[in-house]
Amino acid sequence: MQISDKYAVQMRGIVKTFGSLRALDHVDLDVRKGTIHALLGENGAGKSTLMNILYGLYQADGGEIYRNGKRVRIKGPNDAIRLGIGMVHQHFMLVENFTVTENVILGREVTNSLGVLDMKRAREDVRRIVEKYGFQVDLDAKIEDISVGMQQRVEILKALYRGVDVLILDEPTAVLTPQETNDLIGIMRNLAAGGKTIILITHKLKEIKQSSDACTIIRRGKLIDTVNPQTVDEETLAAKMVGHPVRLVVEKTPAQPKDAVFEIDRLSVRDKRGLPAVKDLSLKIHRGEIFGIAGVDGNGQNELVEAITCLARAESGTIKINGEEIQNTTPQNVIRHKISTIPSDRQRHGLVLDFSCEQNTILEKYRSGPFSRRGVLQNGKIAAYAEKLIREYDVRPSTCALQPARSLSGGNQQKLIIAREISNEPDLLIAVQPTRGLDVGAIEYVHKMLVHERDAGKAVLLISLELDEVLSVSDTIAVLYGGSILGTFRQDQADEKTIGLLMAGGKQHAVNG
Amino acid sequence: MRLTAKILKKPITSALIAIVCGFLVAAVVLAAAGYNPWQAFGALFSGMFARPKYISNVLIKAAPIILTGLSVAFAYKTSLFNIGAEGQYIVSAIVVTLLGIRLNLPAPLLIPVLLAAGMLAGGVWGGLVGLLKAKYGIHEVITSIMLNWIAFYLSNYIVNLPAFHQPDSTGTYPIRESGYIMLLPNWKRSPQGMAALSRIPWLREVMMRTDVNFGILIAVFMAVLVGFVLYRTAKGFELRAVGFNRDAAQFAGIDVGRSLLESMLISGALSGLAGCVAIMGAAPHNISTLAAFENNGFNGLSVAFIAGGSPVGCIFAGLLFGGFLYGGQTVQADVGAPSEIINIMMGTIVFFMALSKLISTLADRLAKGSALHAE
Repeated sequence: MQISDKYAVQMRGIVKTFGSLRALDHVDLDVRKGTIHALLGENGAGKSTLMNILYGLYQADGGEIYRNGKRVRIKGPNDAIRLGIGMVHQHFMLVENFTVTENVILGREVTNSLGVLDMKRAREDVRRIVEKYGFQVDLDAKIEDISVGMQQRVEILKALYRGVDVLILDEPTAVLTPQETNDLIGIMRNLAAGGKTIILITHKLKEIKQSSDACTIIRRGKLIDTVNPQTVDEETLAAKMVGHPVRLVVEKTPAQPKDAVFEIDRLSVRDKRGLPAVKDLSLKIHRGEIFGIAGVDGNGQNELVEAITCLARAESGTIKINGEEIQNTTPQNVIRHKISTIPSDRQRHGLVLDFSCEQNTILEKYRSGPFSRRGVLQNGKIAAYAEKLIREYDVRPSTCALQPARSLSGGNQQKLIIAREISNEPDLLIAVQPTRGLDVGAIEYVHKMLVHERDAGKAVLLISLELDEVLSVSDTIAVLYGGSILGTFRQDQADEKTIGLLMAGGKQHAVNG
Repeated sequence: MRLTAKILKKPITSALIAIVCGFLVAAVVLAAAGYNPWQAFGALFSGMFARPKYISNVLIKAAPIILTGLSVAFAYKTSLFNIGAEGQYIVSAIVVTLLGIRLNLPAPLLIPVLLAAGMLAGGVWGGLVGLLKAKYGIHEVITSIMLNWIAFYLSNYIVNLPAFHQPDSTGTYPIRESGYIMLLPNWKRSPQGMAALSRIPWLREVMMRTDVNFGILIAVFMAVLVGFVLYRTAKGFELRAVGFNRDAAQFAGIDVGRSLLESMLISGALSGLAGCVAIMGAAPHNISTLAAFENNGFNGLSVAFIAGGSPVGCIFAGLLFGGFLYGGQTVQADVGAPSEIINIMMGTIVFFMALSKLISTLADRLAKGSALHAE
């Protein structure tokens, strides 16, 4: 493509190397003015790196950047903002106890001739932007009081207030509920209609189809293709992203549940503030069954998992595995009773990021043989074990045993956790949001492993905020609302609409049992 | 260029660069104050190395601070900041002195008893901090600092108890000689010993003119042991897991509260051992009224920091620190420059260690620069 001023941004032959890793290998990108341009790729494919170069956070080792057809050099975010390029990161940078307006103008304060802050004029400026693009934000609310979705809008406002024309959004929907995602897409459309250009970093195919005018796919640092997402189906996009055909539908045979192995009876748990979070909850999970719990975030999912894993106290009720009560004991006791958990926050609860992959594989088993003898670690045994898990579960790179877990991509970190937990040979495998932040290839893998465990006769408890995931993977689906289970369905009898209503706390119309 | 970058990223390199910076800053300060830096540094090094007895005294001085350095480094691996090494050192010194005065036991019994008692005292003092942290979540820095002062005044109170106070002095009676851990104390004063030593002048000087003792051997042994415990045992694995990520450790079934307690117990015991070595190893073998902290524990913080938390690194950092402390006296005596110049140097070294991240960032730059050239 020609360098032309029809394009807000053009990048040519961008090269970036980290150590021995070539993160970007001669990547080109052409973003037309006034469009929403998606950047699609797996975790670690290099899409964020490319955008960090455009925003000046990294310096490219080679290649050129053109803005409106003119060659530019971007040495830092200040250069980028001067050129009208702004970026909203996954992690927000807001002052918690400042108001929305104060956060937006921070660093670009409006002052009168005496140098005194002119809040009235500042607020007016911000209000004008809010109205122009149809944001729904309370300008006087404090950041700590507003939802994550709102906070994200404040970040976008900050960029717009600085006169940004090209807005880079890094995985903006990772932290949003489905409703907030729709709102965000609406805002992006308004911005594009208003002449702004948006670059959307994502690996969610659905959103790309809903929002974008063009989609550039990057795989392992190389440019694969640029397509029109409106004319290409999701399977094709997914295949281009991972490099081989992908099944977006979970393949499994009908469940053959056997005896009940895990039972919760009238469990009540309070949250950290002392308010009831799980109320009188009962459930039963059988061998050879995937029991899925659907629900909107904050309806007691965390407290339920914490009570089962004995990180939180059960106020009343019992939790039984193989007939033995385990509530209010210790996490170690829970593991000993053959319950393994894939936690929702893999970096906080799942891994010690500064430990090597090898050390992480024995995090629950280091005390006993064969990994330690008379209190001394048996390095040879540990290495052989880790090697085996890394190979069997295809953790990449395959040479990662001695590297810190931090160096792995999100998907591979998850594989490492799954390897560790499944190799415990649990009777009950709990998977909490197991595919959060993962790309299509990794999601397929995780789902396959859950079904595999089920087929091996284990009980699986899947707790997820993604309704699609619960519906497609589970054999039995329960809806959690306000700390109670409002309804339980067999997979073939569950319809999205009924469950969606229950998730919002609606009465159960059709009782399917 | 790549090699340079690689070398620059080694922890030892940042320590060496920090030390050079320490000398540079000290040189500037000395010159500004009208002293000749070369002369001062000359005095410093001759005060450390010129005579065998100086070297011996450096080792004697270094042993306790290597141990308090280990204490701080150990706690740090569990992400605990043991600023209470000073207090743990003091209570150990108190207990060792009291028992050393009172217990009438032969050396083979008294020495192990005193070592055990001192470590126990330090361990309890540190364990208290760990307990308060594990049970009530009270930050270890707060409790440690308070316990430091409690130990400080407790020490001064005990020094002045009539039962232990040596009349016409500022301290207690010394401990019994059977509690000393000097090298062959009786032999070196016996006729055969004197005769044997007179044939080797340097050894004679070391043996007769200094309190050469087992302290440095104990310190080196403990450094190796601590390294082994941290990196090769299941317990060390557990403690480091808690240090790196408390939440994941708990999730994996590790009792985090117990780990914090154990870590502080062990850390305190190491500082306690430092107190044992100081009292049992060198004159005056007693405790005396403190006007201010003696800094044996606080110097441990600097030692651990310069060592980058590495147990074996603590040996070298402790020797450096011990050398500076001892050689610094010569600077004052020979050049007239106040011995505080040593504190300035140590402070600068710690400061530049804190900046060592910068050095590795610069190294990255360098590596990148050379990669660009290569293309």
